[in-house]
Amino acid sequence: MITILIHVLPKKDILDPQGKTVEQALKHLGFHQVEEVRIGKLIKLSINSEREEDAIEACKRMCDELLINPLIESYSLEVVRA
Amino acid sequence: MTFGVVVFPGSNCDRDAIYAVSGFLGQKVLSIWHQDTTLPRVDAVILPGGFSYGDYLRPGAIASRSPVMKAVKSYADKGGWVIGICNGFQVLVESALLPGILLRNKSTRFISTMQSLLIQNNQTPFTRNFSIGQSIKLPIAHKDGNYFADPILVEKLKKNKQIVVTYSENPNGSLEDIAGICNEQGNVFGMMPHPERACADWLGSSDGLGFFQSMLKTWEEQS
Repeated sequence: MITILIHVLPKKDILDPQGKTVEQALKHLGFHQVEEVRIGKLIKLSINSEREEDAIEACKRMCDELLINPLIESYSLEVVRA
Repeated sequence: MTFGVVVFPGSNCDRDAIYAVSGFLGQKVLSIWHQDTTLPRVDAVILPGGFSYGDYLRPGAIASRSPVMKAVKSYADKGGWVIGICNGFQVLVESALLPGILLRNKSTRFISTMQSLLIQNNQTPFTRNFSIGQSIKLPIAHKDGNYFADPILVEKLKKNKQIVVTYSENPNGSLEDIAGICNEQGNVFGMMPHPERACADWLGSSDGLGFFQSMLKTWEEQS
């Protein structure tokens, strides 16, 4: 079993109202050092595969076909080693 | 004329859509289940509003990959009429039957209100009963209706007159005040406002009926 984390974030030029609102709230709390907040999501996949490369390849296909909308989201993969 | 209304798990305006075209328009209507791999013989497909699959992942994302959508795509490719309302519009952009995407409202809030709209293109089978610049009133009820597209696409939409309906006052941050667009061929149309909820004066507005009447009139002329 190979565990892969998919980190999803709204693309740079996409407005992220949720991030913007949280950024404002943090500033209200006195965290003025906060420059920007972007809120995305984390998808954890447990993949039945022997080889890491196969798991990553499958994962990329899943991102293309369903998990990511490339118009608005960017992602990075992280293989979790036990 | 026979309409088909696709029902996804979490659709909640399917009954309203069915009543709009049967009760108010007086036409035949069939429910189509999301797991069906073929469409029955219909003259138009309606993708209704709601929260298909609980808006999980992204609104419309999972519904757009369901078995019935393959059939809807090939139906649309052959020139069949498809109208997506609210969540149905989200399903259409997620399945790439319409360009662009619907983002979270600028306010981050769910907005439910009666909205003034302007008809920008009356050359589609969905809007021919309206006049250009006509002001109509329809309810909106959504959290993700903020239309977004890159500048090149927006220019293309304008040039091809694919912007069909706009908001008089922008409620959600939508680019170019877009409330509804069609594809290049004009046979696929998506809009965030709910025409099916506004087909009689006692519902607050009867302007929604015009969309269905437009389709019926075009269909009658063609058959």
